[in-house]
Amino acid sequence: MNIIVVGLSHKTATVKIREKVAFSPNQIEKPLAELVSLDGIIEGVIVSTCNRVEIYATTRDIAGGIARIKRFMAEYHHLQFEELEPHLYSYHAEDAIRHVFRVASSLDSMVVGEPQILGQIKTSYGYAAEFRSSGIILNRFLHKAFSVAKRVRTETKIASSAVSVAFAAVELAKKILGDLSDKTVMLIGAGEMCELAAKHFINSGAKRVMVTNRTFDRAERLADEFGGEAVPFESFLEHLHRADIVLSSTGAPHCIIGPKDAEEVVKRRRFKPIFFIDIAVPRDIDPKVDDVENAYLFTVDHLQEIVQANLAQRSLEAEKAEEIIDQEIGQFHKWLSTLEVTPTIVALRNRFDDIRRSELEKTISGWKDLPPDAEKRLEALTLAMMNKLLHAPTSVLKQAGQGGRVDLYVDALRQLFGLEALRRDDEELELEE
Amino acid sequence: MTHMFFILTVALYCCATAAYLACLVRTSPALTRWAGRILAVGFTAHLLSTIHLAVNMKYLPLTNMQESLSFFSLAVVGGFIFFERRYKVTTLGSFIIPVALLLLTASSTLHEQSRQLPPILQSNWFWLHALLAFASYACFTIAAGVAVMYLIQRYFLKTKHFGALFQKLPSLETMDDISYRCLTVGWPLLTVAIISGSIWSDQALGSYWIWDRKQTWSLIIWIIYAALLHGRITIGWRGKRAAILAIIGFIVVLFTFFGMKHSITW
Repeated sequence: MNIIVVGLSHKTATVKIREKVAFSPNQIEKPLAELVSLDGIIEGVIVSTCNRVEIYATTRDIAGGIARIKRFMAEYHHLQFEELEPHLYSYHAEDAIRHVFRVASSLDSMVVGEPQILGQIKTSYGYAAEFRSSGIILNRFLHKAFSVAKRVRTETKIASSAVSVAFAAVELAKKILGDLSDKTVMLIGAGEMCELAAKHFINSGAKRVMVTNRTFDRAERLADEFGGEAVPFESFLEHLHRADIVLSSTGAPHCIIGPKDAEEVVKRRRFKPIFFIDIAVPRDIDPKVDDVENAYLFTVDHLQEIVQANLAQRSLEAEKAEEIIDQEIGQFHKWLSTLEVTPTIVALRNRFDDIRRSELEKTISGWKDLPPDAEKRLEALTLAMMNKLLHAPTSVLKQAGQGGRVDLYVDALRQLFGLEALRRDDEELELEE
Repeated sequence: MTHMFFILTVALYCCATAAYLACLVRTSPALTRWAGRILAVGFTAHLLSTIHLAVNMKYLPLTNMQESLSFFSLAVVGGFIFFERRYKVTTLGSFIIPVALLLLTASSTLHEQSRQLPPILQSNWFWLHALLAFASYACFTIAAGVAVMYLIQRYFLKTKHFGALFQKLPSLETMDDISYRCLTVGWPLLTVAIISGSIWSDQALGSYWIWDRKQTWSLIIWIIYAALLHGRITIGWRGKRAAILAIIGFIVVLFTFFGMKHSITW
């Protein structure tokens, strides 16, 4: 049995193409059903996010399966096959396993390490499981992918650092102020960036928000949105000491907070540290503010630098992640190969033969006056019994091997006769999280 | 027996120091866990060796510099384990445990005979005084360690250097908080230590305060930390200023410990 992957992603196709082939999650049942009814396709899962559309399937016929899925993607969305084909990639065998492990671990993402993709694959798999388009192999395969992703997440620092300016600001604030849950954020000006950063701060637990703006209406509106308090622009300096985090992005042509103001504020705060972020160009906050003890000033450039450093760090961590994936591929591949018919028949025969021999041994060794040819006869008897018993299952297996769902038989057989302790570990629980 | 425990302790503290320093450059939960475990075992060995010595001699092993250094180190490690449990700040170990190792190594280089105690020292007030003094020293050591970390982190923030060490160090607030806690525990301990010390002095010498070098310097330490606490509570001294004062205080503690021998004890 072979695993194949066909799809396109932000690396091979523009948004324009991607949105044309996206599958809507509300109507995923129909394409899933069509997918598994394709000739030679046995199981199938469809993953469709804004950055990628991929189909995972199992088949006996790799080339045919891939070609049929490619056609299916074009026909289902009423696209010209020739138009779509250049954007599609396909993988099989080990490459397919590697690809899915990498995608789930967010190594193939636009922003490496972003955490959403794993959840998206879990959801996609959930649909496939619900509509029964995935079977024993893809179930096992995707659970494995989830556990690999989890391992990558815990063993590398791939997702541990901020890679957006707004998030970098939050991380930086935590390095100064510690726990943000009792902290107050003040927004000066109502720029988009400021708003975004404020949202991040609130998500990270910041308790209060103050907003000030030249037009008071706007300040009030924004304050309402955040459940905060609007402060008149003329007197915002009077309220500054109540803020632990100050985000400034006015269109003012000159600085609105100078070192003298900062000194005053720090004093009123009884020297508790205050964190200024200046997003405005030209600057709102005099750079000399940073020289004031217990005041910490950062500009967008500083935040950008952090983001760049974190991105570089991530690509280093990605190498570690690739190593983990390499290890896991080997393991999964081994399991996959046990699902083949011939090794299973051999294993089953060996198992029976082992039992036969050991029981025979026991009987003969305890038998005192054994007639001379009895040993031979017993040997022949047990062998004949074993062959008769094994005849039916063997031929069913061989027949099933020609057709569809042989892996079901193989897996059941292996479990029923304990041919190999198939590990049913915590991977199975993964989806329920 | 005591000696064996002592060697074991030195070895374990060496390993713990290496592990904690490695924690500065590598991020690994396993490494952090092991550093903690090794230290805990080392501390136990240290404690057992001290108890063993005490039982053998029938009094606390504080009769000479060698024993005192070892006890100082024990108190520092104990204090660290306490604060580490509370604040989960592993990086603190990278700054404190090497100091503890240094104190213990210094102790092991000295080969002084345990002296028979003059009757003058055999007073419960003296033991109370010594125990509390070392406990307060341990607090001040940790406060100084945190202060150094604070200054490093502050430097990174002001110069906008966001390297690996910046990521490792805790937030300014956390460090400020730990340092403050150390002082609020250490200073009262020192106060009681000085009081019990003077009661003992009265018993032994007939005078509460004799203005010998040790007593004078202890008073100076007490005043420094009192000023620091007072400034913090009333004016809100924090950050850089508090950190520098905590470090100065610690230097004076070391100076007093090493330089000022008690005129009547040793």
